[in-house]
Amino acid sequence: MSIQILLNLVIAVVWMFLTNTWDAVAFFKGYIIGLGLIFLLRRFIPETFYLRRVLAALNLITLFFKELVISSLIVVKQVLSPKLNIRPGIFALHTDLEGDWEITVLCLLITLTPGTLSLEVSPDNKVIYIHAMDIPDAESVVNDIKQTFEKAIMEVTR
Amino acid sequence: MSGNEISYAIIGFLIITGSLFSLISAIGLIRLPDIYTRSHAATKSSTLGIICVLTGSFIFFVIDQSYVSARLILGIIFVFLTAPVAGHLICRAAYRTNVPLWDKSVQDDLRHILKRDDYNHKSTEFE
Repeated sequence: MSIQILLNLVIAVVWMFLTNTWDAVAFFKGYIIGLGLIFLLRRFIPETFYLRRVLAALNLITLFFKELVISSLIVVKQVLSPKLNIRPGIFALHTDLEGDWEITVLCLLITLTPGTLSLEVSPDNKVIYIHAMDIPDAESVVNDIKQTFEKAIMEVTR
Repeated sequence: MSGNEISYAIIGFLIITGSLFSLISAIGLIRLPDIYTRSHAATKSSTLGIICVLTGSFIFFVIDQSYVSARLILGIIFVFLTAPVAGHLICRAAYRTNVPLWDKSVQDDLRHILKRDDYNHKSTEFE
């Protein structure tokens, strides 16, 4: 991925060199042209076309904000309800993600998800222990959401 | 002129919502029974509250003084990234120093795993 961005920057600079104009507009034009060239030559480049992964990262960021708003509203509902009927607990989640970055991002997402808080990651990075605010209805729904999160993170990193 | 008024309405909405979220998370800190549920309130609602207030003040300075403050944007990003990590660390430290869960908690998968020798051995060698 980084090699493709570097290649694109080089193409943009070469474009500025060719047209002999040195400003941001020329750089931008060159960048667009380089994007097109890399898209055409994507068969010869080892990884997937990098714009797809940039879009996936943007998708992940919007997911972060959406989850933050929803989880705050749920906390507000539970705090302001007159009777406290929550059943908290800790459950284990087995994850398929590997590598420190992916696990960290997944833990951040879990912490910002409605009603869950990542408590501990096992030393072999296979299991995440999650404290849930309301276990009985949460577990199935949360496992479901995890699948979408894991998929969204994998879209970015692989 | 009316564009300005609309943006002032948005700014007011953002700042009032942000302070309401902060207030509610403070109420949650008092009402909820144990440290883990309290940190639910502390990490989520107060993060969103701070982000709303910072966004409101950012838009205010852009509209009113036409001054783009990059520091406010950086502040939003830093709060957004660090608040959940802080919640995670405080909860983990509490759990490892045997702070009890609320007595109405229904499930605890971690307790017996934490007692196993190989698990703790591995994690101390990790540190």
